[in-house]
Amino acid sequence: MASSGPETILAISGLKVTNTLLATLVVDLVIVLLVVVIRRRLSLVPGKLQAAAEGIVGYLHTTTEQVAGARTTMIFPWVAVFFIYIALSNLIGLFPGFGTVGFFRAEGFVPILRVSTSDLNVTLALALVSVVAANALAIRSNGLGGHLKRFFSLSPLLLFVGILELVQEVTKLVTFSFRLYGNISAGEVVLGTMSALAAFVVPIPFLAFEILVGLVQGLVFALLTMAFMTILTEPHHKEEHSR
Amino acid sequence: MNFTLSVSGGLIVAIGGALPGIAIGLIGAKAMEAIGRNPEASGRIVPNMILAMAFAEAIAIYSLIFAFLK
Repeated sequence: MASSGPETILAISGLKVTNTLLATLVVDLVIVLLVVVIRRRLSLVPGKLQAAAEGIVGYLHTTTEQVAGARTTMIFPWVAVFFIYIALSNLIGLFPGFGTVGFFRAEGFVPILRVSTSDLNVTLALALVSVVAANALAIRSNGLGGHLKRFFSLSPLLLFVGILELVQEVTKLVTFSFRLYGNISAGEVVLGTMSALAAFVVPIPFLAFEILVGLVQGLVFALLTMAFMTILTEPHHKEEHSR
Repeated sequence: MNFTLSVSGGLIVAIGGALPGIAIGLIGAKAMEAIGRNPEASGRIVPNMILAMAFAEAIAIYSLIFAFLK
């Protein structure tokens, strides 16, 4: 059921349309539809959908406020977008039809839709966006010089810490992408194995666990992005003067 | 399909996953203890807990990558 890379369904003049790309488009469509529906029925007495959306966005906002403080307006959009996209993508991937509806080709079964976050390309792209955005926000709030001071310094101890920080930027990419990819594709394998073992009843607890994992992984990605952005955008001038 | 017997990948993940597992358990236990003592602080504890868990988990992710690569 699950394989290491996405399967190409068709190629339009060099652009490979893979099943994870199609799943990404489905998730985007769902998000846009949700936004349109919730916007249209906006009322003071919230319906079920509006209450759920308000709860999620409100929780993320208060959490960001507690950690980031004054920089909430700068960091919150990234956190919310990462959580909504990743959690929705993981949850939609559990629906029937994902990974099961497809066609047979010479190399084997090819599903039309596959969970987008079980593709390393997608998670690596998300990680790149997160890390580059964190550094861009840091440059915007501390200035280029102030941001570079974090990595390069004349004092040997701070230079060593700076090198560690530089390594950490690369490490973030690896851990962000592989955490999400590993969790979701491992879940796919487990669900596939369990469904092959016994088609009824047995996979249900694993499905419930995968719902939890999907939500938690979205939250972890969002909270880590938030934490790293908060750390990087921290103004460290006061510290320098007091020394 | 042809199967080749290889234990190294399994061993890498087993050993490299067990210790971060203990670490994450300790982090979670301590965080729950702290929330139990001071429930109002949970909003500040949970993000830090997840951050610490991520650093511990990173090691398990390295072993996962090595298990894939080997």
